[in-house]
Amino acid sequence: MNIVISNTAKAPIYEQIKEQIKAAIFSGELKDGDLLPSIRRLAKDLRISVITTMRAYNDLEQEGFVVNVQGKGCYVQPQNPELLREQKLREVEEYLQNAITAARLCKLSDKELVAMLKLLMKGDER
Amino acid sequence: MNNILELNGVNKNFSSFSVKNMSFALPQGFIMEFIGPNGAGKTTTIKMILNMLRKDGGAIKIFEKDHILCEQEIKEKIGVVMDWPFYVDEWTLIDLEKSLMPFYARWESEKYKALLADFHLDRKKKIKELSRGMKIKTMLAAALSHEADLLILDEPTSGLDAVARSELMELLSGFIEDENKGVLFSTHITTDLEKIADYITFINEGKVLYSGTKDDLLERYLIVKGGLGVLSAGQKKQIIGYREHGVGFDGLIEKALWKSLPKTIITEPSNLDEIIVRFTKKGESA
Repeated sequence: MNIVISNTAKAPIYEQIKEQIKAAIFSGELKDGDLLPSIRRLAKDLRISVITTMRAYNDLEQEGFVVNVQGKGCYVQPQNPELLREQKLREVEEYLQNAITAARLCKLSDKELVAMLKLLMKGDER
Repeated sequence: MNNILELNGVNKNFSSFSVKNMSFALPQGFIMEFIGPNGAGKTTTIKMILNMLRKDGGAIKIFEKDHILCEQEIKEKIGVVMDWPFYVDEWTLIDLEKSLMPFYARWESEKYKALLADFHLDRKKKIKELSRGMKIKTMLAAALSHEADLLILDEPTSGLDAVARSELMELLSGFIEDENKGVLFSTHITTDLEKIADYITFINEGKVLYSGTKDDLLERYLIVKGGLGVLSAGQKKQIIGYREHGVGFDGLIEKALWKSLPKTIITEPSNLDEIIVRFTKKGESA
């Protein structure tokens, strides 16, 4: 698994770690029972503070993605595929909602917005 | 969680300067950056921790033991790098080892040799022939060669170039991979070393302005910028280190307060440099 941290990104570092581990779980790269790198090793590798790393792992545990076994490390938890999909759908809805809000602000018609979406989707097909 | 280092209400009075009621704690397994402008009292505090300077009041505990009552025992397990090298100029690095060895039951000759080699330091060279950066590296090698559990580094980055600072960062984050260790390092400027710090203790004029995790400090404040005439007098007062210039203003604000400001104001995530400058200007607690 790769984790790439940007120091100029708007998202805080713990959030970036969290999202990338989640993405690896969603994509199936990390599977049920896989062991995450130890907190201190990851902090050393990424040259970030131990506390920041702990926070990312704690959040992942609270959201049910991993379980921390005392003295052993963090293991990936089995995920319910339907739940994962639902969560992703909610995310898509949220972004679309943002796009609609932005469009209304600059008085873009619904037709134009849909056209823009179609255009972008075409551009993304590679 | 145990504190590897703890200061409680420590005082020191000089005629022109004093350290007042200094309290902070470093939990075991973490790195603390001790930061403040020149003359804030960092070296004075570190000297008191090491009992190189007698404190006038308060308590200091290292490894949960009184730093004076258990001085011998504690010092065996501390590695120290001071701002000024306290070795004899005429010594070679071999002489240096000979003079340090008797003080440490857990001295590791092999480790010392390996570290000097890593740092490209010639053991036959005399201390006086070393550059400032090389002296710091020599002290670091000595500090890491007796299985210390706590490292205390006073301005370790001063005089080091970017490559050496990167090596230092690598060493410290490797050191702290062992959760039983701890690191306190002081600095008057923010450096790349800040990235690996878990805790920040920020002092000015002998007083602690903030002591806690770095992430909490950075998340608590936002940088705000905007044009002239958009803020009320009351809003201006909420801004820390408020600065007005010809075409606008800037400053720092607590995250909880910025929503009440006009929408035209730009916000950015804060950084340690901004926090230190704004608070030093204002002279209040973070």
